[in-house]
Amino acid sequence: MDVAKLLDIMLGAILINNFIFSQFLGICPFMGVSKKTDTAAGMGMAVIFVMGLASAICWVINKFVLVALGLQYLQTLAYILVIAALVQFVEMFLKKAVPSLYSALGIYLPLITTNCAVLGVVLLNTQNNYNFIESVVYGVTGGIGFLVAIVLFASIREKLRFADYPKAFEGFPIALVTAGLLALAFMGFSGMSIPW
Amino acid sequence: MNVKKQFKDGLITQNPVLVQLLGMCSTLAITTSLFNGVGMGLSVIIILTCCNIVISALRKVIPNDIRIAIYVVVIAGFVTIVDLLLKAFIPALSEALGVFIPLIVVNCIIIGRSEAFAAKNSIGASALDGIFQGLGYTLVLVAMCVIREFLAKGAFGGGMLDVANGFKVVFDGTGSGIQIFPAQYGALIMALPVGGFLTLGCLIALMQHLLRKSAQKKSEKKEAAE
Repeated sequence: MDVAKLLDIMLGAILINNFIFSQFLGICPFMGVSKKTDTAAGMGMAVIFVMGLASAICWVINKFVLVALGLQYLQTLAYILVIAALVQFVEMFLKKAVPSLYSALGIYLPLITTNCAVLGVVLLNTQNNYNFIESVVYGVTGGIGFLVAIVLFASIREKLRFADYPKAFEGFPIALVTAGLLALAFMGFSGMSIPW
Repeated sequence: MNVKKQFKDGLITQNPVLVQLLGMCSTLAITTSLFNGVGMGLSVIIILTCCNIVISALRKVIPNDIRIAIYVVVIAGFVTIVDLLLKAFIPALSEALGVFIPLIVVNCIIIGRSEAFAAKNSIGASALDGIFQGLGYTLVLVAMCVIREFLAKGAFGGGMLDVANGFKVVFDGTGSGIQIFPAQYGALIMALPVGGFLTLGCLIALMQHLLRKSAQKKSEKKEAAE
């Protein structure tokens, strides 16, 4: 068990190669549900949960079904089906077992199927040849990176109401420019690394 | 008549990126050189058109409750085909676009058009819709690429235009592009994620401004006529 590598993956996923600000994965929900801080936090939590689970399940599917049968070319198809089914199951499970969490995440869960961060993290896990634990860590910390990004962004966006900007920038454009500036701030992390 | 309207919708009034705000991830991520933009645009046009045709042909057979799952399977099938073809014939493009080729599966443009158009219209109209919406997407990609490449590297057409060996278009990522001003004076930041966000923000702002102006003009004309 290589702790340094795990720490490296964590640091990379949360700060240096943040899914939103440097890999451009998950921009749609990032823009769509970031008008209020608490809904943004709800979405972030749901994403952490699904990304971690999807990483784990897709790793197993890839190793014991696709690779074992020589069907790697069906990866994309298999992964998206797994994610869609997973999201559905999680939704049903939460509804029965943890209704309080379900009502908190409720509407965000179905949206996650088309969140490219989830499919992205699974594809990256395969591409980087991560083992099971590394995959799960990358999935969960990638989700945490998403949470950090969307909560920061939402709290800035709430303040935008009081800002005075050209009329043409109303709505989406000003949000994109704000995201750009946040990405600039996140670039400051790019030199960081684990010192051992 | 209808074709004309579809054309205008796809490219301008209902442009998938600038007006419908779909497919942001790939638009922001891969638009650093013309080669990437054109390659991604063409891939999406092909996939979108094929998916629209198939889904439109099957629209009376697909049960309503599980339609999204079926759309996703159809889309994933075509994406896999294009992914493998690119790997085999244009490996440079496949490498440059990386994970964003398989991610076309979750590109909202394709599932959005399946749901909003192909599921309700005839095969011919759906095919045209696929082509025009794809063209609208490509247009934005190319615009982003040209702006970002020029500001970041002072170049035009990187990867696609081969100036060194006569003036020709190559499609294997080896072209050097036209250097308009020396690369060391470029603002590297435009090639980084920041540049993507800023460029797209400004493009959408421009689009909103133009659409509002044309709407204003129309209403003024109406008033004048009355």
